[in-house]
Amino acid sequence: MRSFSTARVLLFALGVIVLASFLPLGVSGYILGLLTIAYYFGVFAMSWDLLFGFAGEVNFGPTFLIGTGAYAAGILDNLYQLPIWICLVAGALAAVIGGVVLALPALRVRGPYFGLTTLVAVLMLQNFIVVAAGLTGGEIGLVVPDVISVSDTTNYEIALWFMAISGAILFSLSRSPVGLILQASGQDAVQAGALGFNVTKHKLAAFIISAFFSGLAGALMVFYLGTASVGTLVDITVGVQIIIAAVLGGRRTILGAVLGAIFLIAMSEALRPLGDLSNFVVFAIALIVVLLFPNGLLGLLTGTKENI
Amino acid sequence: MSMAAGAHLEVKGLTKRFGGLVAVKEMALSVRAGEILGLIGPNGSGKSTVMKLIMGIERPDAGSVRINGVEVAGWPSHKIARMGAGIVFQHSRPLHRQTVFENIKLALLPDKLTRLFADPEIDERVRAIAARVGLSAVLDRRPATLPFADLRKIEIAKAIARDPQVLLIDEPFAGLTSKDTAAFSELICELRDDGRAVLLVDHNVKSVARLVDRVLAMYVGECIAEGTADEVMRNETVRRVYLGGSIETAARPESSFRDSIAPFLAVENVSVHYGKAQALENVSIHVHAGEFVSVVGLNGAGKTTLFNTVSGFLPYSGDIRREGASLRGLTAATIARNGIVQCPEGRELFTDMTVRENLDLGGHHLSPAECANQIGWLFDLFPILHDRQKQAAGTLSGGEQQMLTIARALMMKPKLLILDEPTLGLAPVILEQLSKALERLRQTSAISVLLGEQNVTFALPHADRVYVLEHARIVWEGEPARFAAEAGTGYL
Ligand SMILES: Nc1ncnc2c1ncn2[C@@H]1O[C@H](COP(=O)(O)OP(=O)(O)OP(=O)(O)O)[C@@H](O)[C@H]1O
Ligand SMILES: [Mg+2]
Repeated sequence: MRSFSTARVLLFALGVIVLASFLPLGVSGYILGLLTIAYYFGVFAMSWDLLFGFAGEVNFGPTFLIGTGAYAAGILDNLYQLPIWICLVAGALAAVIGGVVLALPALRVRGPYFGLTTLVAVLMLQNFIVVAAGLTGGEIGLVVPDVISVSDTTNYEIALWFMAISGAILFSLSRSPVGLILQASGQDAVQAGALGFNVTKHKLAAFIISAFFSGLAGALMVFYLGTASVGTLVDITVGVQIIIAAVLGGRRTILGAVLGAIFLIAMSEALRPLGDLSNFVVFAIALIVVLLFPNGLLGLLTGTKENI
Repeated sequence: MSMAAGAHLEVKGLTKRFGGLVAVKEMALSVRAGEILGLIGPNGSGKSTVMKLIMGIERPDAGSVRINGVEVAGWPSHKIARMGAGIVFQHSRPLHRQTVFENIKLALLPDKLTRLFADPEIDERVRAIAARVGLSAVLDRRPATLPFADLRKIEIAKAIARDPQVLLIDEPFAGLTSKDTAAFSELICELRDDGRAVLLVDHNVKSVARLVDRVLAMYVGECIAEGTADEVMRNETVRRVYLGGSIETAARPESSFRDSIAPFLAVENVSVHYGKAQALENVSIHVHAGEFVSVVGLNGAGKTTLFNTVSGFLPYSGDIRREGASLRGLTAATIARNGIVQCPEGRELFTDMTVRENLDLGGHHLSPAECANQIGWLFDLFPILHDRQKQAAGTLSGGEQQMLTIARALMMKPKLLILDEPTLGLAPVILEQLSKALERLRQTSAISVLLGEQNVTFALPHADRVYVLEHARIVWEGEPARFAAEAGTGYL
């Protein structure tokens, strides 16, 4: 990865995105639907990678941020029928507030202890959704009256370009001076402080950025699916899938997370005939890939490229 | 105001406690612009802690720290850094995932969230700084692949990149060759002549004395002497607690060792490659039972590679025999359990475990009585470890960690003890103690010792025989008395 300049990587990625935007001409609505979900998952995984891979924060609960954004947007639409774009902005803002709340323990406790607080945060959100069923739809789920579009193609293009823009921003950030400072803060906070960097400020910024994209993606997904439910957006299994996608794609690469997400969703679909066993097989395969190729799918791809 | 007017750094009444331990007590010092103050003292006397307190990495319990007249005690370290202070840590701590270039570049970046594009001239400045400290050739490498001296250079490069007016340098010379030490000294002189205030800690007394304008000596957290280098080195207390006496020599002729079957250790025509690079080339050495052998060589000559090969960590061609029996095929664990114990250069301690737990782990195969006996002997040897028994190994001072590493190796009751640069970061007085300990080992037990050193003033007195390793090859073998005349240039 390092050997390619930021601009060249982005240019190459743009090419791939443009090609992908022609997909609706050739594939079924069903596949477009799967890819739409995969793209939102990609944004979740990229946001997670920024926080873990760069700021070094072990966040086991990416769904806390996603769920906060998704439900805030969904509830606002459900209660007040506000325009969708206002609900989206509100969802992203709610997630940012969630990110700041999550950052508070992160700045005091380290590693596994912080990881534990993130898990607890997810459980608390889940509990709240179930208890406040009048507001959130509880275990049945929240139905939103509006959707962005009923066209598969439109939804697909929105997800694709949203992912492209988020990816470009997160990737550029990770390669920028700020990204370097963030890595230093994650690897050795004492040293970073002695070099004059306000570690708290930089980590807080990472939380806010990660939360913003997670929340916005969560909210968009609600208006694509027309519903929000614990099982699709908040559950710990969903969080684990996001983490696997990011690690599978290649940690600390941001863009790898997208590959991981697409791979994971494609695998689940391909193995659907296995029924209940499919999830097991998907996770097993993911585990093997992670063990055999610690640099992930992206490492694998760029590795072969460098040999040519 | 008197002399202290315009002082860049002024410290008064500085105190720090760790639990019941008073690590720094009522320290006062001042360093003017364009001055180097040397801070010396035995291991664990609080030198690094003073630096961390000034830099805001530890919070002082009491006292004042003024930089250019501004009170900064208790501030977070990034603010103190912005007031113009910079530190070179005792242990190198580079970012391992980044290249040398990025490590230096980091230090040049402003603390701004909005700076998404670095100024193009930053890259120029990285190159200029790298050239100044001698890192130009390795800018694209990652720290893990670099020799020790280059890692120290990265630390210096980072510190000067921020252009600090007050520079705290903790043991810059530890582990460096005399050539590198001279180059570093020159660099530090230049920094002073630029008008910076420099606080310098090192156990290399000669180099410190040559460099500094004044010296302050510490002992258990307090100042015990201050003045010119000459005055302080002559001070009675300083001599007793820090400098110690001279190290004595007593080589025994090789013919006095009678092996029953074959030499205890025989390395025969061993070659080792790291990828394409040859790290050892046809190296042959031997150690008789009870003999003390030193391998002298500069950084990167291949000492650590040689020891790691003997310990079974690296693949090699050639043969390694112990009392005639080949070690090929044995695992590192078996080799160690059978009595060839290496004391690594990297201080591979269990940092979250206490001193006592680290020692117990070293002696886990001994019977409880033997274990207690051995620990008692080691506490005798290194009294400070006795006092620090319950402390986590990671919070020990640099020299204390070094002592613990050696002690843990000795807990295994080795037949052959391999010591890789044991003197790194040790105060002269501890060197003397270690020296006496080795002498006692030599007289009271059948242990053999293989000692790797670039510090020949330590390596020679403890050797019955000396090898010189240069560029992966043994270039000289002989008695220590002949070393100075035949192989000494470049080491003495
Ligand atoms: N975080 C900590 N917790 C407990 N004790 C500590 C901690 N940090 C340092 N100490 C103790 O304080 C004392 C002073 O340590 P310091 O690192 O300042 O010594 P030093 O003079 O730099 O020694 P050396 O020359 O060996 O580097 C040591 O005995 C050390 O064990
Ligand atoms: Mg120290």
